[in-house]
Amino acid sequence: MLVTSPGHSTKAHQRAIFDRQCAELRQRRRLHTAFGLLLFVALCIGSAVIGKFSPIALIEGAPKLGEYVQRTLPALHWSSLGADLAYWFYGLRKWLDLLLETVLMAYLATLLGSLGALLVCFYGSRNLALNGWSYHLARRASEFFRTIPDLVFALIFVFAFGLGPLAGILAIALHSLGANGKLFAEANENIDMKPVEGLRALGSGWVQTMRFGVMPQVMPNYASYVLWRFEINVRTAAVMGFVGAGGIGMELITAVRSLYYEDISAILILIVVTVGLIDIGCERLRHALIGRETLE
Amino acid sequence: MLDRISGLRTVETGSTEAEPTLSVRRLSKSFTNGPCVLSGVDIAIRPGESVALIGANGTGKSTFVRCLLRLIEPNDGDIRMFGLDVRALTSRSLRHLRSRVGFVFQRHNLVLRLSALSNVIHGAQARMSSPGSWYQALAPSRVRDEAMTCLERVSLDGKACARADSLSGGQSQRVAIARMLMQRPEFVIADEPDASLDPRAGEEIMRLLHETARERGLGLLFISHDLEHAIRFSDRIVGLAAGQVALDVRSNNANPTELRKFFAEERP
Ligand SMILES: Nc1ncnc2c1ncn2[C@@H]1O[C@H](COP(=O)(O)OP(=O)(O)OP(=O)(O)O)[C@@H](O)[C@H]1O
Ligand SMILES: [Mg+2]
Repeated sequence: MLVTSPGHSTKAHQRAIFDRQCAELRQRRRLHTAFGLLLFVALCIGSAVIGKFSPIALIEGAPKLGEYVQRTLPALHWSSLGADLAYWFYGLRKWLDLLLETVLMAYLATLLGSLGALLVCFYGSRNLALNGWSYHLARRASEFFRTIPDLVFALIFVFAFGLGPLAGILAIALHSLGANGKLFAEANENIDMKPVEGLRALGSGWVQTMRFGVMPQVMPNYASYVLWRFEINVRTAAVMGFVGAGGIGMELITAVRSLYYEDISAILILIVVTVGLIDIGCERLRHALIGRETLE
Repeated sequence: MLDRISGLRTVETGSTEAEPTLSVRRLSKSFTNGPCVLSGVDIAIRPGESVALIGANGTGKSTFVRCLLRLIEPNDGDIRMFGLDVRALTSRSLRHLRSRVGFVFQRHNLVLRLSALSNVIHGAQARMSSPGSWYQALAPSRVRDEAMTCLERVSLDGKACARADSLSGGQSQRVAIARMLMQRPEFVIADEPDASLDPRAGEEIMRLLHETARERGLGLLFISHDLEHAIRFSDRIVGLAAGQVALDVRSNNANPTELRKFFAEERP
């Protein structure tokens, strides 16, 4: 039972091995740091050259930026503030309608995309997938939908279904499916597998195992991802109009093209306020969800 | 030791008419790029018999019981349970077989975010195929009644609505037993139900398991590292070493010093 031939020699030997491993580790770390630093500098220089980044152009151009912003802002007088504001926001009714359309587009697209992601994500988790085939299929599909920019999808759908919000909704939904499919699947991969095995041992089918073994563990994560995706989608929906896929973007791009400077600022302010409010609301909800008990 | 085992075998086969609930022959399992864990395990368990499985850490006891329900696929060998050839079952009939066997895990395996009662209701899942079983809140009231009765049997009805992760180790293990009862099992397998519990709670759990199995006349196969439990709650003790059955004795004439060898730590 007792260690039979101990002595100092083994102890010293073990200690020496350990010391050598530490030294190797330190050396490797130093090498990694040096290499990383070199790569970082090279990438900075490379991207500056390729992007034609020049500080002079930046300094020369900066005043024009201010000029543009100034031009978009109307002259407001304290004495006639009400009338001036009414003049500035003359299209408020129409813009608010379009903003509502934008938010609803984002809402519907988030809903559709997340439902799709929910169907895909179980197949796309390494620990839950039925087999290697379904895993790779699910992963590659969501990768595809995620990497294609949503504006490109929108262009295709406008071509197919005509101008209007339908194209935008589909485009954003597909992108959300790809993005959430990956996030959901990764949440699934981090679960505790013991309850899953427990359910399998009870004779539960695959669907039941996912429903009762996996979903209770990941639902708060899912909800948080969906809310986050909604925030992003509201911003995306706001520019969908650039390619004629519905929402307030159409109005904005028209104003920009026709040089209706004051309309630009008015619409932008409305967008910023809406997006900000939605962000704050979603964030509150997300934090509330993270701490909540989920009893069924 | 070998002649002793074969002697026992002949006595047993001579005295039993009923078909064994479980009979395993030459079961072997090796993990990919790992050593061979089980190399030809033979075991037979008669209806209503209680068998303790002992062996040092890492001898493959958990692997063995998982193979019985194909939670892990064995590499080779024969498993017959309730007269069915387990390794030949389709996934559908395998699920049905699993639902007939109560399985209590080394570390309870409850769904932590759900209430104790919800976890017990899971035991009935294989029986409930309606969409009503998709959402626990819609479980029919007779199912809820039965689940409450099962919790009552393990004297945990007071904690029915507590979340599983708020329960102590002993309470969780009792919920796991209630879930097992909810299955209306015909055979019970328990993988160290007394592990990670203090001595008193561990004994309580073992007694509960033994009693409930007795009440319903169920066969019981349990793993334990507690020699006293192994002797007290079983009719027969089977020792596993080096991937094979190295001991098979009746509990009432077991020799504690011989049994103790199976708990010795192996040295590299
Ligand atoms: N999924 C797996 N992949 C690879 N090796 C595994 C896996 N599961 C178990 N093993 C190995 O198989 C051997 C037996 O493990 P097992 O858990 O069955 O032992 P045990 O007898 O139950 O031990 P304990 O008394 O500690 O519970 C161990 O050496 C372990 O490392
Ligand atoms: Mg074990």
